[in-house]
Amino acid sequence: MNVAHRPKPAKLDAADRRIVNRLQQGLPLVPSPYAAVAAELSLSEGELLYRLERLLEAGVLSRFGPMYHAERLGGGLTLAALEVPEADFERVTETVNAFPEVAHNYRREHRLNMWFVLATETPQRIAEVIEAIEAATGLVVFNMPKQEEFHVRLHLPV
Amino acid sequence: MSVSTCPSEPVPVAGFLDGLDPLDRDIVLATQAGLPLVPDPWSAVGKPLGLAGNEVRARMQRMIDSGVIRRIAAVPNHYRLGYVANGMTVWDVDDAHVERLGREVAGIPGVSHCYRRPRHLPEWPYNLFVMLHGRSQDEVEQQAEVLRERLGDACRDHRILYSSRILKKTGLRLARSSGRPR
Repeated sequence: MNVAHRPKPAKLDAADRRIVNRLQQGLPLVPSPYAAVAAELSLSEGELLYRLERLLEAGVLSRFGPMYHAERLGGGLTLAALEVPEADFERVTETVNAFPEVAHNYRREHRLNMWFVLATETPQRIAEVIEAIEAATGLVVFNMPKQEEFHVRLHLPV
Repeated sequence: MSVSTCPSEPVPVAGFLDGLDPLDRDIVLATQAGLPLVPDPWSAVGKPLGLAGNEVRARMQRMIDSGVIRRIAAVPNHYRLGYVANGMTVWDVDDAHVERLGREVAGIPGVSHCYRRPRHLPEWPYNLFVMLHGRSQDEVEQQAEVLRERLGDACRDHRILYSSRILKKTGLRLARSSGRPR
């Protein structure tokens, strides 16, 4: 079974914090972008790169790079929920997670207790995967595709 | 890939990328695992593609301008940063006002994502989804209280759904278009 548990908070020093805060905002598209950011943070380019690599290795950052807009790349994306009977929760988790199109799956405390993101190669494929999940689980999938995006920007200051 | 929903994490997206210029597509595929951590990352990306660093940088800038790339940035693991309380707050907001109010509350501190989504009556009356991040549930509840005040009478009901378990979280995965059936 694919169950990830919550990682523990990391210990960061002042320079790490400056890096995490600054690089959540974005890298400038200039010829030597790391040198430019390092100068802003009063670090050397080498130290910034070294620390950035360490923050990635330690899982403080899960990724560093371009953040793509799924729909504009041609993919399909939706948020969906299930009301899973408690007795069946582990079985349904395995069934749902087995679909490669299920990107994230979270348990949440509500009557609708399983919430997952579907990411598919084409928008049309979403409906097919939802049907397949309903067939495999015997449950109704509540499909909640975004109708309007007001804001997408995670910034967690440390 | 960074198109999250409930969580604030990157979501893998398998897109055929057919709408993209072939060289842009190569750049997207070459950077899906991340941008190289070297002094000149643009040249490092371009070298295997036969592109000069300046060309890579110009193309990435154009993709940012057109919205294909949101930005080039660090994606934090919120638990590792101490943001252990992540609340998906859901609001039943009057359809006549949801667009204006969605834009308004999007700027409130702690909000990472704010979307309008369909109701499923009678089980699910909520049409505005706002992800909140805090170091404790108390902090998330304070943020939610700020939202509730801003939404005012247009909001009939709301809930905070905390994630109690991560059941699955996969990494980035972009499909290549060549040789794949449509």
